[in-house]
Parts: sequence; C-alpha cells; structure tokens
Amino acid sequence: MAAPMSRFAGCARQRDLRGRRIDLGGGLFRVVLLASLVASVGILAVLLVDVVNGGWSVLSTRLGDFLTGVLGSRPERSGVFQGIRGSLWIAIFTIVLAFPLGIGAALYLEEYAPRSRFARIVDVNIRNLAGVPSVVYGILGLAIFVKSLRGFTGGNTVMAAGITLAILVLPIVIITSAEAIRAVPASLREAGFGVGATRWEVIRHHVLPYAAPGILTGTVLALARALGEAAPLILVGATTGFLGGGPGSLVDLGQLTERFTALPIIITTWAGRPQEGFRALTAAAIVVLLVVVLVFNAAAILLRNRYEKKRR
Amino acid sequence: MTPLDVTTLHADLCGRTARQQREAVIRIALRACASLSILVSALIVLSLVREAWTFVSQVEWSALVEDGWFPRRGIYDIRTLLVGSLLVTAIAMVVAIPLGLGTAVFLAEYAPPLARRILKPALEVLAGIPSVVVGFFALTWISPEVVQRLRDGTPQSNVMAAAIGVGILTIPLVASISEDAMRAVPPSLREASYGMGARKLTTTVRVVIPAAVSGLVAAFIVAVSRAIGETMVVFIAAGATGGSLFTMDPFEPGQTMTAAMAAQAAGTDAVRGAALTFQSLFFVGLLLFLITLALNLMANRFVRRVRQQY
Repeated sequence: MAAPMSRFAGCARQRDLRGRRIDLGGGLFRVVLLASLVASVGILAVLLVDVVNGGWSVLSTRLGDFLTGVLGSRPERSGVFQGIRGSLWIAIFTIVLAFPLGIGAALYLEEYAPRSRFARIVDVNIRNLAGVPSVVYGILGLAIFVKSLRGFTGGNTVMAAGITLAILVLPIVIITSAEAIRAVPASLREAGFGVGATRWEVIRHHVLPYAAPGILTGTVLALARALGEAAPLILVGATTGFLGGGPGSLVDLGQLTERFTALPIIITTWAGRPQEGFRALTAAAIVVLLVVVLVFNAAAILLRNRYEKKRR
Repeated sequence: MTPLDVTTLHADLCGRTARQQREAVIRIALRACASLSILVSALIVLSLVREAWTFVSQVEWSALVEDGWFPRRGIYDIRTLLVGSLLVTAIAMVVAIPLGLGTAVFLAEYAPPLARRILKPALEVLAGIPSVVVGFFALTWISPEVVQRLRDGTPQSNVMAAAIGVGILTIPLVASISEDAMRAVPPSLREASYGMGARKLTTTVRVVIPAAVSGLVAAFIVAVSRAIGETMVVFIAAGATGGSLFTMDPFEPGQTMTAAMAAQAAGTDAVRGAALTFQSLFFVGLLLFLITLALNLMANRFVRRVRQQY
C-alpha cells in the first residue's frame, strides 16, 4: 500500500517530511534488493542465452534432420526423434490418467466432503505427496510398475514410465483444481440447487465451467512438469544408451510395451559425453525441451492472470 | 390439502430413481479418485520399506562405515551421501535465500505495480525450467566460468558447481513463497508504521518482515526440502557417478543421496552389482523420503500459522 502514499506526497513534500536528511540506509537497501532481483533474473537469462548460443550451430543448419533423426554414436547425424516420441507418450499418460483422476479428487474434496475428517486427511496427504522428491516416485515406479506389475506393463516400458509420471503430477493437478473450485462463488451453487438441480448437475453445469480456466492452468503446469522430469525415468529404466529400431511412426500402440527414452533423458546422456559435437547437440535438445515446457508454462500463467483480473 | 396430495408432492420432490442412482454412482467414483492419493502414499511407503528392510537386515554393519559409497562393490558408507546432500543443500541455500528473499522483498514492497505485473509471471515461468537444463548449465557454464576460476585445478565435475545450480533452481521458489507471505501482511500494519514516522526501510525490516516471518520460514524449509530432493543437477554436474569417496571439499566430485540413486539405476539394463546393491537403492530412498517428509510437515505447520494470523 506504499504506492498511493508516495503518490499522495509530492516530491517537495516528501523532502520536507524526511526532515532534510538523506536516507542513505534506505537507498542502499533499495539498491541491494534491486541487485538481487537483477541477479536472479540475470542468471536465468545467461542460462537461456548460453543454451541457445550453444545449440545454434545444430538448430540453424539441420533442424528438420535433428527433430526426425534417431540416436547415434556420431553427433553430426544424431537426432531426438525417439525422445520426442517418448515425451509425447508421457504427455498422453498424464492427460489420460492424471487429469481426470486429479480433477475428480478435487471435486470430491471441495464439493462433496469439504471440512470432513476424510477431506482433512486426504488434504494433508496430498500436500506431503507434492513435496516428495521425484526420485522417490521413481522408486515407486521401479518397485510397483516395473517389478510387481511386470505382467501388465512389460517391465521397463513407456507404460510404466507414463503411469509413474502421471502419479507424480497428480498432487499438482489436485491442489490447483481444488483452489479453482474453491474460488467458485457459493451463490452460483445455491442458485443451481434452488431450481432443483442435483449436486452433479450443479457441478457439471455451473462449478466446472466457472472453474475451467483455473483447472486448465493447473493441468498445463502439471503437464510441463511431467515433460521436464528425468530422475523418475532413470529409475524406471529409460534407455540411457542407444535405442534400437528405426524412426517408425510417431505414436503407435505397439510402442506401449517397448523400451523407451525421453527428451530429458537424451539431454542427460549427451551431457555426459565428452566430445565437442555432443555439447552442441545437448544444447539443441535443451532448446527443443525448453520451447515446449516454457510455452506451456507461460500459456498457463497468462491464462490464470487474465481470468483473475476479469473476475475481480 | 388432503394426505394424498402430500404423498404425491413428496414423491415429486424425491425425483426419479435413475437420477438418484446416477448421483450415487458419481459420488462413489469421485470418492475413489480422492482415496487414490492415500493408496499412492501407502504404495510409496510399502515399496520403500520392503526392500530397505532386506538391506538393513542383511547388510554387514561394517560396510556402512567404510570409506566411501561404492554400492557395486558392497561399500555402503551412508555418511558419504548424507554429508554430500548437506553440503549441496547448504551451498544452494547460500545462493538461493539471499537472492530469493531480496527479489521477494523488492517485488512485494518496492516494485512499481507495472514492474511487478511483468516480473512475477516471468519468475513463475522461469520456475518451470527443467532441472536437466540447469544441470547442463552448471556443468558447461558455472563450472568453467565461476568455480574453476575460484580455485585452480578444480575438475570440471565438482560439488560446488552442482550446488550453485541447485541454488539457482530454487531461487524462484523462495522468491514466490516469500512474496506471497509478505503480500499477505495487511496494509494497515504498514500504514500504522508510516503514521509513526517510520521510513520505508524501517517499515519493511521491522514491521513487514517480522509479520511475515512464518511464511518466510516456510519458504526456506520448502527450499531446503527441494534442494535435498533435487537429483538431475547433481547427477549431471557433480560427477562421481560410479561411487564416491568420503569428501567434505566442495571443489571435488561428490555425490548426494539423490544422485547416488540415479547413478545406480542409470547405465545398465537393471540395477545390479553386489548382492545388496539393488536394496541399497531403496534404503537411501527411504532415508530421503523421511527427511523430506519431516521438512514438509514442518513447512505446512508454518504455512497454517500464517493463515490463522490474518
């Protein structure tokens, strides 16, 4: 609430009020704060510039070839096609599993059982799940989906990885959806009930449409998170070496039970190679990943801010 | 009104049975969705404890205090990983807390509204940078440009570069939660302070920050928890993928609990090695899980305190 005050006090008035002293400490404090902001944003800017700069030689000369080529031992002919395919599968699993289950859970917690004992327990549980490190989800995937359910998933397959990452982002989907649903005005529900709608009809026709932008924001953020994760995939057994098989089709149900890799895994593998050619290749793969993840993130945050402003 | 009218009216109000059945089915389905999260927690604990127990019950205790962490050779010195994790977290916090807090104070108290409208979303977008990207940046930029200049003869893979990377990764997190905490301080407190003739600096440091302290502490705890759990930056930039000797020197390659887990699983078709290599993975995982769980419970308590206050 400082803004209206400083606007209220004119420049000359302000000097009078300060009692003609120069506020050295205050000025210094402001400079330190500004410096930390510039440093925080600056480091991230250096990161982006460094990565784009490093990958430019690949991106500018053979972008199409890089996107459709397969992994190989020779940097000048390697591409990320298999990684894109793996990441696409992970996105599909997240959308099909985490979104409906997460939104369903949020609806139950907010609409059917708010402030109940059950909701309280589930709420604490979800908040803790959201803080569990991603490698630990990898352990879950390894123990349950790779080992115990081998008959269903086929072991170290894209299916095991997809389910693991869907579970990893589930708490994010639930927390953000629940917040969006909580923000729906009670009057909207009461109007629905007043004309004789059942609880589901109220949810279906009033609560969900109103909360849709908020829910969408959460789900897109969750999707971006799933696409950027590498640690759980390593534990579930993503192929870190070379992946057999040609380019093939982009998405085909037969791939569900095959070995897989994903963009973050390719980046990790290439980052560990000492040859100079792979460094440019890694940077190029990072640019591809960043474009996807940051575009998703930016879209979600802009969407949220826009709707927040509209409703105030 | 005759009694007959009342019964028909009542039947009308009850609605059709099919409609009620649909309601009941949906309710059960949604409740199942909500219960799923408890199942997930149970499965995590179960999968960790089962194999970790095998490890604890079969490992020779002398292998736990030998020098270094070399799971494939049957040497499981857990101190190596704990100290590695602590070292990385401590350095990361030295980077992230001042920068994140400074950014938050500036955005909450000093920035003009327009600057905040642009910078806050920008910071949130940057919070989504995947950790593999920061890992690569730590290895190829922070290490040669910063760390190797600090001390000659530092290998390219070192704990320092990885820890700075983890710090950078947590800056947006610290900034975002701290800013929220300070924005939650009611304006009346600031106005009262100005009314007493306090400067902006005094108001910020002596009124706003103390009032927001629970939220700030929560931000720090969440950041520590995130730094301990961070895997890929350390895995890529700190070297020592096969194992690590006990070291407290951040200018050497080193390993953390998380990176040790990833290193063990990477590179081969299955986690294998000595008899208990596979199980040691779960033991480290359980330890990591318990540490982060304790930190998160603590952070949640602080967050709740903020909510109660205002």
